[in-house]
Amino acid sequence: MLHEKLYDYLLHLGDNSMILGQRLGELCGHGPELETDIALTNISLDLFGQVRNYFQAAAQIKGGDATEDSVAMLRYEHEYKNTYLVEQPNEDFAHVIVRQFFFDVYHQLILNELMNSKNETLVAIAKKSIKEVDYHVDFSSTWVKRLGDGTEESHEKAQTAVSTLWRYSMELFKATETESWAAESRVGPDLDQLKSVYLERVSSILKEATLSLPEETVFQYGAKTGRHSENMGYILAEFQYMQRAYPNMKW
Amino acid sequence: MLGVSTKIEELLTSVSDPEIPVLSIMDMGIVRKVELVDNVYRIDITPTYSGCPAMDTIGDDIVSAFEKEDLKAKINLVLAPAWTTGWITERGRKALEDYGIAAPRTAEVDKAALLGEANTIKCTNCGSLNTKMVSRFGSTACKALFQCVDCHEPFDYFKCLK
Ligand SMILES: [Zn+2]
Repeated sequence: MLHEKLYDYLLHLGDNSMILGQRLGELCGHGPELETDIALTNISLDLFGQVRNYFQAAAQIKGGDATEDSVAMLRYEHEYKNTYLVEQPNEDFAHVIVRQFFFDVYHQLILNELMNSKNETLVAIAKKSIKEVDYHVDFSSTWVKRLGDGTEESHEKAQTAVSTLWRYSMELFKATETESWAAESRVGPDLDQLKSVYLERVSSILKEATLSLPEETVFQYGAKTGRHSENMGYILAEFQYMQRAYPNMKW
Repeated sequence: MLGVSTKIEELLTSVSDPEIPVLSIMDMGIVRKVELVDNVYRIDITPTYSGCPAMDTIGDDIVSAFEKEDLKAKINLVLAPAWTTGWITERGRKALEDYGIAAPRTAEVDKAALLGEANTIKCTNCGSLNTKMVSRFGSTACKALFQCVDCHEPFDYFKCLK
């Protein structure tokens, strides 16, 4: 039972990074300029590296012939536990940056807490990952400021991205049954308690960027428990293609 | 450092990072422990970055270097304690510089360079300190891209990771 919960919790942690990593990977060779293209794919690589650590641990718990690859690739859509935020399409550079920013600030908070987890594997993964994610936060915050406080056009695009994506932010902090279990057993953080720090950090960067959060927001919840948006099917179609077409193939 | 024989140390030193061939894995500081159990060398290595694609290759390279000497090696990837650029040896830093990659400084220096506050990273071509960061993310996960304002040479800087 405990193992089942821990397995599920590892998927919660890994899936957000994996789906966001996949979205960033789509930009490989399509970034607005060489340096940002490289930056975004580097971030994707960091995220996938971290996911491998979570899923290697998950595969060990699952046992049998489970591997990090089968955990990553061979699930049905409703079995993925990522949030709506990370499955949002790239749209334009402003969307890419704002989505990244909303996630990075959350990610940094979570990893900070996981460094004190009762689970040693999570502590090790968090201590390793936080160093990389600190860079991600710097990168996306800097760009949010640059776009928001930039030209009229960049400001408008950044504001549109903020207004569109903000509705997906609070799902990050709405604990599922598994995340509540993690908090109770001190394996993971109490998400509700992190919300106010998150709001503070996001608001202060947005203020510097001369951007504002929408006044009234109907927040969207459900992806974490398996009710994904239409986007998810397309992401998985590409992501799982090789394993579905050629089962058990290896490089 | 690892308490192994000269021969084993030489074998490990002969393996290098495939992305920075001048840098031996010993100088990179990623070999954490070597233990001989039942005639098998159990070698702990730790990744520089989580997503570093070089780790699998490095593991394979160690095993085959040992095989050439009729020795068996088994690789174990450890995450904790997490690698820091402080583990790169003096010899490693020199090898990086000679290769054209500026060696890592401190977190404070990195931050100042990012904000354009201070010129502290030396150009690997002409030695000028009049350099600027072009991108915090470079050709591999561990590097940032810089350019010399004086001689215009673009060069990599090994990011500080603490
Ligand atoms: Zn120069």
